Amino acid sequence: MIGTMNKVKGVYEKYGTVIVLLLLVVVISLMNPKFLTTYNILNIFRQVSINGLIALGMTFVILTGGIDLSVGAILGLSGMVLGLLILAGTPDVLAIIIVILFGATLGLLNGFLISKVKLQAFIVTLATMTMFQGITLIISDGIPAMGVTSNAKVLDFVSQGKTLGLPFPMIVFFIAFFLLYILIEKTVFGRSVYAVGGNEEVARLSSIATVKTKALVYVISGAMAALAGIILTSRLSSAQPTAGAGYELDAIAAVVIGGTSLAGGRGRIFGTLIGVLIIGVLNNGLNIIGVSSFYQQVIKGLVILVAVILDRKSSR
Amino acid sequence: MELLMTNIKKSFDLVKVLKHAQIHVKSSEVHALMGENGAGKSTLMKILTGVYTKDEGTIVIDNKEVQIHSIRDSEKAKIAFIHQELNVLNEMSIVDNMFLGREITNKFGLLKKKEMKALATEKLQLLGLYVDADDSIKSISIGKRQLVEIAKALLLDAELIIMDEPTAALTEKEINLLFKVIRQLKEQGKSFIYISHRMEEIFEICDEITVMRDGTFIGQKKKAYTSFDEIVKMMVGYDLYERFPRIDIEPKDVLLKTENLTLEGKFEDVSFDVRAGEILGFSGLMGAGRTDVMHAIFGSCPATSGKIYVRGKEENIKSPKVAKKLGIGFITEDRKNEGIILDFNVSENLILPSLKDFTKSGLINNKMKLEETEHYKNKLNIKMASPTMKIANLSGGNQQKVVIAKWLHTNPSILILDEPTRGVDIGAKKEIYEIINGLKAAGVAIIIVSSELPEVLGICDRIAVMREKRLVKIFNRAEANQENIMDFATRG
Ligand SMILES: Nc1ncnc2c1ncn2[C@@H]1O[C@H](COP(=O)(O)OP(=O)(O)OP(=O)(O)O)[C@@H](O)[C@H]1O
Ligand SMILES: [Mg+2]
Repeated sequence: MIGTMNKVKGVYEKYGTVIVLLLLVVVISLMNPKFLTTYNILNIFRQVSINGLIALGMTFVILTGGIDLSVGAILGLSGMVLGLLILAGTPDVLAIIIVILFGATLGLLNGFLISKVKLQAFIVTLATMTMFQGITLIISDGIPAMGVTSNAKVLDFVSQGKTLGLPFPMIVFFIAFFLLYILIEKTVFGRSVYAVGGNEEVARLSSIATVKTKALVYVISGAMAALAGIILTSRLSSAQPTAGAGYELDAIAAVVIGGTSLAGGRGRIFGTLIGVLIIGVLNNGLNIIGVSSFYQQVIKGLVILVAVILDRKSSR
Repeated sequence: MELLMTNIKKSFDLVKVLKHAQIHVKSSEVHALMGENGAGKSTLMKILTGVYTKDEGTIVIDNKEVQIHSIRDSEKAKIAFIHQELNVLNEMSIVDNMFLGREITNKFGLLKKKEMKALATEKLQLLGLYVDADDSIKSISIGKRQLVEIAKALLLDAELIIMDEPTAALTEKEINLLFKVIRQLKEQGKSFIYISHRMEEIFEICDEITVMRDGTFIGQKKKAYTSFDEIVKMMVGYDLYERFPRIDIEPKDVLLKTENLTLEGKFEDVSFDVRAGEILGFSGLMGAGRTDVMHAIFGSCPATSGKIYVRGKEENIKSPKVAKKLGIGFITEDRKNEGIILDFNVSENLILPSLKDFTKSGLINNKMKLEETEHYKNKLNIKMASPTMKIANLSGGNQQKVVIAKWLHTNPSILILDEPTRGVDIGAKKEIYEIINGLKAAGVAIIIVSSELPEVLGICDRIAVMREKRLVKIFNRAEANQENIMDFATRG
């Protein structure tokens, strides 16, 4: 009896979020068959890639027990910097590299303040979020940078191109997922991330470079946000000064739905992938079956709560 | 390896913790480091292993002076430290814990999981631990986790292994195994610094004994040329006389009684009673279910069937709050996870179970809080710089005294103590026994869970023995001895 209970628990721990995702897919496609077409599925993947990239970076931060509220603002600011660089005539590949490094640097600022100056992650990233939003408005004068992709071939490809018939943003997302998966699951750095989140003192006594580890996760998070900013800017073909607003919350939601504990030390990046897809399927599916956007918000909130409750139960 | 630390000094915010510490360890020896709680043993070892840096003094290894500034430095010098508080990451697997901070990677920086698992398994089996190294560490008992820590030191190829109270949570069998391993490694030329408050153990396993008091080196003795009494006197500064004070009084009414208490998978059919003015000991191996029974009585993990009577009335104790109302106090065994809140200071920890007593018109009264802390500091002889210092900075034994003080304050009429003297020095142990005896004389019904047989035999009136989730025997004091208790605890 207890044996089977444990087995059910074990299965849920491993595949719980996958089951939730599959259930959603089945229910929605029963309500509207248009949902399960190749066209729409690829569409979902394209839609989730931006939130997905941010959520992957956020997973690292949350695994150390931290939080990064500034990702949306970094996305907005990097997108704007990209737009302005391109309009100023910078070759697009160079501009892309500069912007990713720029995002990483913004992350480093967060990381420095949190790990070295030892301020709380919530406060630091709340402050830098506000700052970055302000800087975006300053450098853009509050006006969108238009026509970014018209002369930039690579950027144009980022937004429109397909490889093997798959939208390019989706490819970027899966490559990022694969690389970060290796980083967290198979490297010393990955172990350190879990250790710092599990118990920082224990990690320190095991001669793990806790300060460096804590700083680096924000660098990763910043770089991923910048990458997301590049994709968003090229898709809109313009950089909007307020483009990033709200992305941080979707990313945190995806990570938490994916089973990563906000207390740190426990979770899987694979879970984040599923969490991102659950949010994506909800957004897309609820639209397709014609739920009004007011109700959509309520349903999304409920799904987050249910995911967290199930996760709590299974970790007992 | 030969190690000589001389004239080591260390202060924390103006409090001089080490004034003149010294230790001299030769190769192939097991060296005991002894002293009261707060004497500075752990601090000295933390200096040797780079957790803290010394203010003054010299460290000489094999005739060369060395500087140790970080944990890495000490690892390079082939020193491994098994900390007093178990340092494991509960969410990680056994092998990940063992290789934490020293993972093996290939040239692309990827972890070599198979190789690490093989190495880990080899070391674990050397210690007689046949587990799957990929299992999560929280799935094995505290005792086994300690062995994992030792296996981790073996992985380092350390020449000098420091063990800070390694046996505090081990069973008799595991201790014997540990000692076997220590002797075997000693034969191979390795040295140990061994910190423990268990006198019997020190005299069984150690060759040399260094004693310190108040951060100062008192003396070094060869085991063969000294005695219990001499060492104790060096430690506390006066003659201790009997280690287990005892008072004899006639027990009165039954205050607590259980009938067929059962919690599936944890314990079965546990029936016993305790009277006012009586001390009932619970003996048995680690994992026999003793602690779980206590959690059931306290309502922190209630039983699924069976009955609990308090003062003759059947009660449904479904939470610690109910238990506290019924006058039950519980001093838990797992200090770090259940006993104290590390981020709180000493007095905040102390008042936790009785917050209401410290409020005036709904607000916590600081003065009362500090006065009460001062009171218990004197009563239990707790060594601390001030009531507002962080409890994390107290020595292990003194943390334990705070936990005891915390529950004494609630004035329980039934008091459960789970391993109450773990990590407590010999003088303070006696103080704790005297406090327990005082409660007994005042008519409190007392349950003591303890893995230290001399303690159970020394102060309890009756001794219940548990084996594999069942209560198998209740001895009267007169008929109990080490042999027959162990017999019931282990044999089928
Ligand atoms: N980081 C710190 N800050 C302030 N005081 C400290 C700190 N670390 C230790 N102390 C104090 O130094 C003294 C010695 O502590 P230490 O842990 O070395 O004692 P110990 O001999 O190991 O005792 P025990 O047997 O109880 O483990 C204690 O009084 C403790 O409160
Ligand atoms: Mg100590």
